[in-house]
Amino acid sequence: MSDQMQQSSPSKGKKVLPVGHYRGLGGWTIVFFIFLYLPIVVLVFYSFNANRMVMNWGGFGIDWYIKAFQNDDIQKAVWNSLIVATAATIFSTAIATIGALVLARGGNFRGKTLSLGLITLPLMVPEIVTAVAVLIFFSAIGMNLGLGNVIIAHITFCIPFAFMPIRARLEGMDTSMEQAARDLYASEWETFRYVTVPLLMPGIVAGAMLAFVISMDDFIITLMVGGAGSTTLPVYIYSMIRRGLTPEINAVCTVLLIVSIAIVTAYWVVSKKSQTDTVH
Amino acid sequence: MSNWLPKSAAGKRWLGLAPSYFVIGIFMLVPMIIMGVFSFLEPNPYGGVKPVGSVAAYVKLFFEYDLEDQLVFNPGYINIIFRSFQLSFGATLMCLIFGFPVAYYITLQPESKRNFYIYLITIPFWTNLLIRTFAWIIILGRGGVIETPLLAAGIIEDSLRMMYTDGAIAIGLTYSYLPLMVLPIYASLEKIDFRLLEAASDLYASRFEVMTKVVIPLCKPGIIAGCLLVFIPCLGAFIAPNLLGGGKKLMLGSLVQFQFASARNWPFGAALSMLLLAAVVVVLIFYARAAKNRAAMEGSA
Repeated sequence: MSDQMQQSSPSKGKKVLPVGHYRGLGGWTIVFFIFLYLPIVVLVFYSFNANRMVMNWGGFGIDWYIKAFQNDDIQKAVWNSLIVATAATIFSTAIATIGALVLARGGNFRGKTLSLGLITLPLMVPEIVTAVAVLIFFSAIGMNLGLGNVIIAHITFCIPFAFMPIRARLEGMDTSMEQAARDLYASEWETFRYVTVPLLMPGIVAGAMLAFVISMDDFIITLMVGGAGSTTLPVYIYSMIRRGLTPEINAVCTVLLIVSIAIVTAYWVVSKKSQTDTVH
Repeated sequence: MSNWLPKSAAGKRWLGLAPSYFVIGIFMLVPMIIMGVFSFLEPNPYGGVKPVGSVAAYVKLFFEYDLEDQLVFNPGYINIIFRSFQLSFGATLMCLIFGFPVAYYITLQPESKRNFYIYLITIPFWTNLLIRTFAWIIILGRGGVIETPLLAAGIIEDSLRMMYTDGAIAIGLTYSYLPLMVLPIYASLEKIDFRLLEAASDLYASRFEVMTKVVIPLCKPGIIAGCLLVFIPCLGAFIAPNLLGGGKKLMLGSLVQFQFASARNWPFGAALSMLLLAAVVVVLIFYARAAKNRAAMEGSA
């Protein structure tokens, strides 16, 4: 074994790597993470630019944050985003939870694969196609509820995102607790309400958070489906980018970035906790 | 409390699935069918369609009318479609080359560290894509983060003109979907029994052979899944080509959007969407076939 390894790494003076290890992997990974985080760092850094032009550094300042917070259009866009994301999260999580319960606990039945395919359909179809299809649909049936149209579209594509963590949690949960409750004369409803739901909670919370982030970040579907009054934050940011670059965009983006990162971090903490819960 | 629930298991099952069927069926499946119908209708000059059947939208993909009203071959749209495939393919390859070693490196780490690396990879993925792509304008653009120090140091004399090129779009696409490549590869690498690598090495496989003949074949499902997850959204991408390609270098996604926002040719936009959908279906069928073959092979082994 060790002879073999010496033969395969002839370079003198260097430490012999164990089988399966390769030189340069660590360095490659560092470059990878620089590539991944460079845009985020640059964006945040330039949000503190005092200059009017994004590209020219004019000293440190938080003027653009103040400007962004005072901007009525941005406030309106933030409200729209929050309304849409909250509504989409509540409905899609509720729909996904009962769907996941049937698919994970309902045993094998005809149409199970088909149902799974239908629920994950929004993940398969390119976003632009979903956007076009929904736009055409609303115009064909003449439905124009403003923000309501956007909310319906968001509920639809958030369902699979809420569904996945809930189903994963359900499949990791064994049924012994529920059986014990039934043995102790709990009704079906009581078992569900006081045993299944609390056990499932981490999955539901994780699913809801994913749905919320996905909805907050959606751009192309909202751009196509939303009318004049239903501008969400990403759509507003897009119009800002097209109008010209000022650090105000960076300031808005930085705030949105922090919110997203906070939610994802919370999601990680919750899912990690749910993993350790399952072990016990 | 539960009296209103249906008694039979099947009844409960369908009651539980009904909301999903209703929402996704009505607001996703039906719209896609209507989209298919619209692609065979005539456009209304102010957006929307006239209820007159026509294959003009599909003809427009290949031909145009010249001044004498004759149909002549027009490679314009075909070129855009071809470019979309080319750029998506390039971005997928770049993601694979860039992402595979990283996924492998993470697999070699102790378990507690691995989760942290995965967390670091997912963070940018869940933050707004539009914002992250916009940041690339600041990096690549005229007087941006890359150019300014090079200009100041006198290494270059003029702007590098990196923005609004195919290269910029490819970087943007690679950046957008990189996590989607790393995560499935990592998931399949993680399952590999590392004793197999040692066994191969004991049987005189070189380091290179251990990688190409043991590791890569074993994580092939992850590689294929990663390539699919990157390729499909690249094909319909809108943000990267629009922001980094300046909207002039069109890809399929931006061409579709253009038909609804500016050109007001809904049937043509619908036809392009159908084409995109068809491409995705072909890729997925190919994938399902490959997975089935693999399962059959593993079953017989």
